[in-house]
Amino acid sequence: MGEVSRFWRESVHRYRLVAHKCGNCQRTYFPPRDVCPICHRESVGKMKEVEMSGKGVIESFTVVHEVPSPFVRQRPYILAIVKLDEGPSLTAQIVDADPGEVEIGKRVSAVFRKIAQQGSAGIIQYGYKFILD
Amino acid sequence: MTELSDVYIVGAGETKFGELWERSLRELAVEAGLRAVENAGVYSRDVQVLYGSNSLAGIINGQENIGALLSDFSGIAENNIPAIRIEASTASGGAAVRQAYLAVKSGEYDLVMVGGVEKMTDVFGTELIDLTSSVLDREWEAFFGATPAALAAISARKYMADFNVEKDALAMMSVNDHANASKNPDAQYKNKITLEQALNSVAVAEPLNMMDCSPVGDGAAAVLVASENYVKKHKLEGVKILSSADAQDYLALHSRKSLYTLDSAKVASRKALEGAKIKIDDVSFAEIHDSYSIYGLMELEDLGFAQKGKAKDLVYEDIKLNGRIPINPSGGLKAKGNPLGATGVGQFVEAYRQLKGKAGERQVKDSKYAMLHNMGGTGSMSVVHIVGGE
Ligand SMILES: [Zn+2]
Repeated sequence: MGEVSRFWRESVHRYRLVAHKCGNCQRTYFPPRDVCPICHRESVGKMKEVEMSGKGVIESFTVVHEVPSPFVRQRPYILAIVKLDEGPSLTAQIVDADPGEVEIGKRVSAVFRKIAQQGSAGIIQYGYKFILD
Repeated sequence: MTELSDVYIVGAGETKFGELWERSLRELAVEAGLRAVENAGVYSRDVQVLYGSNSLAGIINGQENIGALLSDFSGIAENNIPAIRIEASTASGGAAVRQAYLAVKSGEYDLVMVGGVEKMTDVFGTELIDLTSSVLDREWEAFFGATPAALAAISARKYMADFNVEKDALAMMSVNDHANASKNPDAQYKNKITLEQALNSVAVAEPLNMMDCSPVGDGAAAVLVASENYVKKHKLEGVKILSSADAQDYLALHSRKSLYTLDSAKVASRKALEGAKIKIDDVSFAEIHDSYSIYGLMELEDLGFAQKGKAKDLVYEDIKLNGRIPINPSGGLKAKGNPLGATGVGQFVEAYRQLKGKAGERQVKDSKYAMLHNMGGTGSMSVVHIVGGE
């Protein structure tokens, strides 16, 4: 069914933090993309998979109280934009921390966790979250 | 090659915005459309094309094929008048008016109807939050628990930290919206709020609370857009659309250059001002897409009313109805309401009324040029129009 394949498709990138690096300008993109927004046509066929370290810095964060249905059991949770050491930023939860401990600029590392129960089928999805260093 | 035409709004109408449990998607749309037709003094069968603006009917109401639905129940399917839905997330309304502008300007059509509608209250609670999160990147933002409010909050925290802005400044956007909406009979909320009330409401996504967030609501808005020839032939008194511009940015907030700079708004407003041959200081008032209070501040800056980080200098006095640059005389997204597909069209309803001097208690004095800004997602798209001038 669609819901399952939709979330399964990207699971490799989510499980191992696999980015795409442009062979033309050497910029790294996460989430992975098939066309470099800087090099356009020159990048086609030159986007190489690279695994990232999972290390980065909190750019900003929030504590989410009004949550979407797949996240009801986690309410409230900390959501952040993390800038990875390799360059790209991503959106992920910060876990195993009190909101009071979380600050802009603190270093974090990726961990592999359950993300949510998605869709009517109640499929449990896994992916990256981050913990404070 | 036909000659390019000037473009006018010749009629406008809207429903009340709010939780309209007893009204359906199609009823709301038809009511707004009929009001616009009546207001313009034209006949709906004279409309040559209908652009329907809607964001989420497919997943909220289980209804796609919105163009056909609107055409059918407004009675113009009988006349085989084409009808198309324009979807650009929460910027659908502005995007639909822009399509009408282009269609009339090109000389292809003389009279175009734009109808925006959203029926949000068919779903509620955590389910609705999940559905409205579909305007984000589902696989790389919403999948991990991001919601529109959460991402606005992430922008807000970074903005407040980098520019040393207190929460008061954000709350003042909502205070201003409510003050203006108290004078707008179509508004979802007609209660004024104090700064204290704005600051002490329940947390949604810290540092944003309920009074920083536009409400869930239903509503519809419609405008009729006509060519110069049509206006002259039928002796109508239109309000000119001087310019129209749109611009895109990355879908996901984490892919943009800055967490608090709306490049789409910057580019679209610059193009719109150039197109209208006016300067930002010439703008008499603006309707801006403050779906979250922080966006109000970011937009004041990126549309050109303030330097980056300095919107806080405008929000206490200048943006008031009688201030230097009145913002959201309608009540804005926070208090007039934000029925997604109707929101951007509703901005034109307000501008039309203001520029014709028919905005009643909330009339902006001596207004000549209005800037209208409608935004998609967390800033992935902005549509900016300049209206007025004569
Ligand atoms: Zn490149």
